[in-house]
Amino acid sequence: MSVIEATTRKARARAGVPDGEPLLSVQDLKLHYPIRGGIVSRQTGAVRAVDGVSFEVFPGETLGIVGESGCGKSTTGRAIIRLENPTAGAVVFGGRDLAGLNTRELRRVRLNLQMVFQDPYSSLNPQKRIGDLLAEPLVAHGRASRKEAGERVTEMLDRVGLSAQFKGRYPHELSGGQRQRVGIARALMLDPTLLVLDEPVSALDVSIQAQVLNLLRDLQAELGLTYIFISHGLGAVRYISDRIVVMYLGKVMEVATTAELFANPRHPYTEILLDAYPAPNPHLRDKERTVVEGDVPNAAKPPSGCVFHTRCPFAQDKCRTEEPRLGGGSHAFACHFPLDAGRPTAASGNPETTKNPGVPA
Amino acid sequence: MGALLQVRGIKTEFRSDSGAVVVVDEVSFDLDRGETICLVGESGSGKSVTALSIMGLLPRNGRVADGEIVFEDRNLLDLSEEEMRENRGNSLAMIFQEPMTSLNPVLTIGDQLTEGMLLHLGISRREAAERAVELLELVGVPRAGQIVKDYPHRLSGGMRQRVMIAMALSCSPVLLVADEPTTALDVTIQAQILTLMKKLAEASRTATILITHDLGVVAEMADKVAVMYAGQVVEEADVFELFDHPRHPYTVGLMKSIPHLGADDDARLESIPGSVPSPSNMPDGCRFQDRCPSVMDRCRAERPDLLETSTKRKHLVRCFLYEGEHAAVRGTTAGVAS
Repeated sequence: MSVIEATTRKARARAGVPDGEPLLSVQDLKLHYPIRGGIVSRQTGAVRAVDGVSFEVFPGETLGIVGESGCGKSTTGRAIIRLENPTAGAVVFGGRDLAGLNTRELRRVRLNLQMVFQDPYSSLNPQKRIGDLLAEPLVAHGRASRKEAGERVTEMLDRVGLSAQFKGRYPHELSGGQRQRVGIARALMLDPTLLVLDEPVSALDVSIQAQVLNLLRDLQAELGLTYIFISHGLGAVRYISDRIVVMYLGKVMEVATTAELFANPRHPYTEILLDAYPAPNPHLRDKERTVVEGDVPNAAKPPSGCVFHTRCPFAQDKCRTEEPRLGGGSHAFACHFPLDAGRPTAASGNPETTKNPGVPA
Repeated sequence: MGALLQVRGIKTEFRSDSGAVVVVDEVSFDLDRGETICLVGESGSGKSVTALSIMGLLPRNGRVADGEIVFEDRNLLDLSEEEMRENRGNSLAMIFQEPMTSLNPVLTIGDQLTEGMLLHLGISRREAAERAVELLELVGVPRAGQIVKDYPHRLSGGMRQRVMIAMALSCSPVLLVADEPTTALDVTIQAQILTLMKKLAEASRTATILITHDLGVVAEMADKVAVMYAGQVVEEADVFELFDHPRHPYTVGLMKSIPHLGADDDARLESIPGSVPSPSNMPDGCRFQDRCPSVMDRCRAERPDLLETSTKRKHLVRCFLYEGEHAAVRGTTAGVAS
């Protein structure tokens, strides 16, 4: 049995999810921030931060969400664990729509849904010692006495690769990588089934990123965790994700397995995003690439039709008027004129060079 | 006559409550017209402080304590503050990571662009204004005639960075120092800016020092690369040589730890254990010793020098593992390498 199958089984058993059923399902999620103006501050418009996002997360998998700033990936993550209240749509976790839950029920569900933030420094109280910060969730939820909590803290520190002596330290005494380990340990204290990781390695140095990514992979296998991994760093997302959602301006552009997305991007935006990443290989510096012009449009006034049409090199009249629907089964994309399947792309390179471990595919 | 810029063994220190802290130590490299060198390293490697030392922009508690920075045959460290100011903006220009904090929020884009030109080029306000619009068009800012009247907050991050580049280019610098110019930008915008910088460097034969932590950007932009670690250059080579044959254990580790787009799906990322030592607590001997997979007793006692290790192409490494290669190089080119 492969590591992945084992993880899936463990996660399914832990979450009590039947075979083939998702652990979490996001359905037509919308989160609009009102824009108010005038003397009586009437609502004059809305920033459509998340605008009709749907996807499913299966037990034991890692779903990556990528996109540039303002695409709504972080807001989606925050709406899932209800740090923000969605304007419309449903987030179904363990068979129940979180929107319908009262505060007490939500509090209970949240034990299973935890979040890890980009900068653990701003989410860790600087006046508390690491040991207390980690024990806090257990004690707050009445899961353990102080003494039991202490043992759990030691165990969890060990799991994330920190020695027990870190208990007595303050957040400022830790390096960025160590702080992120504490952030992960804290999220795991209550034995959640799903972790939403919002740019967990983006603020870290490359060599430290690798440490944390490996740690996340190990924890997933050991504990049967399910991850939603949100990042703008395509390399990290590729490394850790089983499937990837590509977002642009509040909408889902493409969803596919990691291998499929990189080998066969069907949405022009996905290909442009893959192409834009400078490969750590100087021999590829002069490769042909599709460069996109201009900036991401304002989410308060999204373009008509396909939101990407203003920057898409292949846009036609239809794209300006009619919004494409996300369709296509396990490899879904929202495009009227998708790229051909199976054709060699600039991002996938040519077959001879992909064997070389320095070459991006 | 040597290269356009010769950085020779500079040592930069900062005063602190507990005495002087050396942040950059024995950093040397050469740069010619039209060449781009990338200084690559993680946080705390001293790459930004190296740039500020060259620009003469160190904060008040910092100073270059040793070494020389020869630019156009003059040691910049001997110049007065006034002479340095004349140099900056004229033949030396710098682009910073965060364009919002380096643009003045209460002046229009046009005012900020023309300021340097009026100061350094001795042209009329009208000519400067025309040139400002031309420069913005050159760096790909749409509606340039309109934008010069706008304030920085009206522009997106990518546009602000273009304005910064236009400003840096306004007096046709001979040397451009760009400190993480695309780190705060989205990848599609980064691709636009990098393409632009490459085109401009080729057209004007500007020498560029590009500081980055991103090996992808290095591979894309550099002619040669200096890898920095804990305040020192640990390896220097041309970009192809460095990526094809990395030698220093730190460089090797760094390259293996990038989760790049072409890696095997299930191959585990190699990571470098531990973290960078702090400048106030540098170990004796090699600074990478505690994280190095090949550490030897000697590395804990002696400091390795940055030495030539190849007879074919320039390839300097600061590591005892390559002493044999260095001895061979010395044998063939008796006395040239040191």
